[in-house]
Amino acid sequence: MSAISIHAVRKEFKGHQALQSIDLEVKDQEFCVLLGPSGCGKTTLMRIIAGLETETSGDVHIGGKRMNALPPRERNIAMVFQNYAVFPHMTIADNIGFGLRMKKVPDARVQQEVRKAAELMHIEHLLERYAGQLSGGQRQRVAVARALAVGPDVLLMDEPLSNLDALLRLEMRSELKGLLRDLRTTTIYVTHDQTEAMSLADRIAVMHGGRIVQYDAPAQVYGHPATSFVGGFIGNPPMNFVQSATTQQALGAVPPAPGLTLGIRPEDLDLLPEGGLPLQAKVVEMLGASQQVTSRVGQEMMRLSTQATPAILPGQTVHVHAKPGCGRWYDAQGNLVK
Amino acid sequence: MKQGSRALVAFAILLAVCWLVPIYLIGISALGPKEAATAWPKSLLPTTFSFDTMGFFLRYTGVWTAVWNSVVVAMLTMVFAVLLGAPAGYALARYDFRGQTVYRVLIVMTRAFPLAILALPLVTRFISVGLYDTQLGVALVHTALALPFSILVSSSLFMGIPRELEEAAWTLGCTRVQAFMKVVLPLALPGMAATMIFSFVISWNEVFSASVLTLNNRTLTAFLFASLEESPLHFRYAGGFFLILPSLIFIFVVRKYLFSMWGISNR
Repeated sequence: MSAISIHAVRKEFKGHQALQSIDLEVKDQEFCVLLGPSGCGKTTLMRIIAGLETETSGDVHIGGKRMNALPPRERNIAMVFQNYAVFPHMTIADNIGFGLRMKKVPDARVQQEVRKAAELMHIEHLLERYAGQLSGGQRQRVAVARALAVGPDVLLMDEPLSNLDALLRLEMRSELKGLLRDLRTTTIYVTHDQTEAMSLADRIAVMHGGRIVQYDAPAQVYGHPATSFVGGFIGNPPMNFVQSATTQQALGAVPPAPGLTLGIRPEDLDLLPEGGLPLQAKVVEMLGASQQVTSRVGQEMMRLSTQATPAILPGQTVHVHAKPGCGRWYDAQGNLVK
Repeated sequence: MKQGSRALVAFAILLAVCWLVPIYLIGISALGPKEAATAWPKSLLPTTFSFDTMGFFLRYTGVWTAVWNSVVVAMLTMVFAVLLGAPAGYALARYDFRGQTVYRVLIVMTRAFPLAILALPLVTRFISVGLYDTQLGVALVHTALALPFSILVSSSLFMGIPRELEEAAWTLGCTRVQAFMKVVLPLALPGMAATMIFSFVISWNEVFSASVLTLNNRTLTAFLFASLEESPLHFRYAGGFFLILPSLIFIFVVRKYLFSMWGISNR
């Protein structure tokens, strides 16, 4: 059992509040993604869980055991670093076996576990090489294999895919997902890439300014962003926000109370033959499966994402309205009302 | 770009010539017959090889004791410089502490005091604590000379080793000391070797403090310095050659080790 429970964790760096009272519960075997823009504190939170950083106050429990003040080696965690951190002076086999050797596991078992971890990551042909002879993708595999070999209670991954090129990242992402689903290791994964978060997570903790602003399943985070920040951060293109009451009315959205801002996803705007809200297309981007139209209503930017045909021309006026039930309403502080 | 690299090559050749010609001249004079040292015009090619000069030098009374003293002092300096310099360098590289910049400046400042000023107080102090005319005493002064270099170079060495490697080792079950021994040290080794050799060479070549602080236990430089006045020219050449030799051999032997190891280049 290795559920993670974080209670009221704060971190201060020289007068700067990096984390302000974080509460987070990760269930056993759950895949939790910490998502947020850079500087939001997600890496700091992970490093506190790993024991590489000391919390200013608050409690960290792993598997019911209080971890505060314990060094990383006593937490039975494993971590995958953004720049892989594969030891350059050891062979790949020695790298993968390093954690087990430190635990004084007998040699025969170490070799067996190294083989197993290498096979999981498809790098068994690289075992005799050094990190310098490997590509970025292969080093990434070594780093993951090294983390898995120790059989950790908790696997921590700090932006593990962000140094890979786009195609490789996609491939590794689906491979990781399959692998970690089978292994059922409790995982915390830090990323700033919302697609990565959406595709991997059981639950996403969206962080902003040292706080967790929403912690929910990906579909829920996407469909019901808890704040306008989450709506604007998740989704590509991001959510549209409409303040003007007349525009809201033209879109066919009825506010539950006056003075609220409407948040509506670009793909939740439907084209009408006429009526609704007339929009003049400023920029049209053809994305293959869909086309993305950017327009302006008064001061507000409005994007809509629609099927690829019929093609919309720049300058053309289209009529749109909001799909019923898809609008979200935010108050002046940006919190979800309905 | 191409022109730039050609200029670089020309500059490198010029530097190499400046350094190699004196060494070459010392070499042929030391390995030639006695008369060649004083002959004029000098022949630039070694015409006759003779071990007479070197032989005379090596049989000269006191030379071997001085060599032994030099080796011991240089070894001690090397060990002290690395034992004190590496931890200080590690602290500078890895920890954020108050007064770090001041500390860095102070390290360099130790080289700003001319030894000539320090010599007299040092001698009286060394006499009173019993370090005068000992190998250890000279080694301590040489360590002080070698330390700034040792600290600053090892600090930049440690900075060149990603912190994540160490952190990865911690998460994989290492204590701080184990992580240092198993991960940081092996990676810093080529650079550390360079630092150690440099400390050795600094001590081996140092004349002033070695002359002032010793009487009977002279190092080779101090011994030669003392006997230079009354010795013939070929003797001086032989002594000079003998002094250059260890540095040359050392650097030649470790140069591959210095340039690259495991594909990592050290600054």
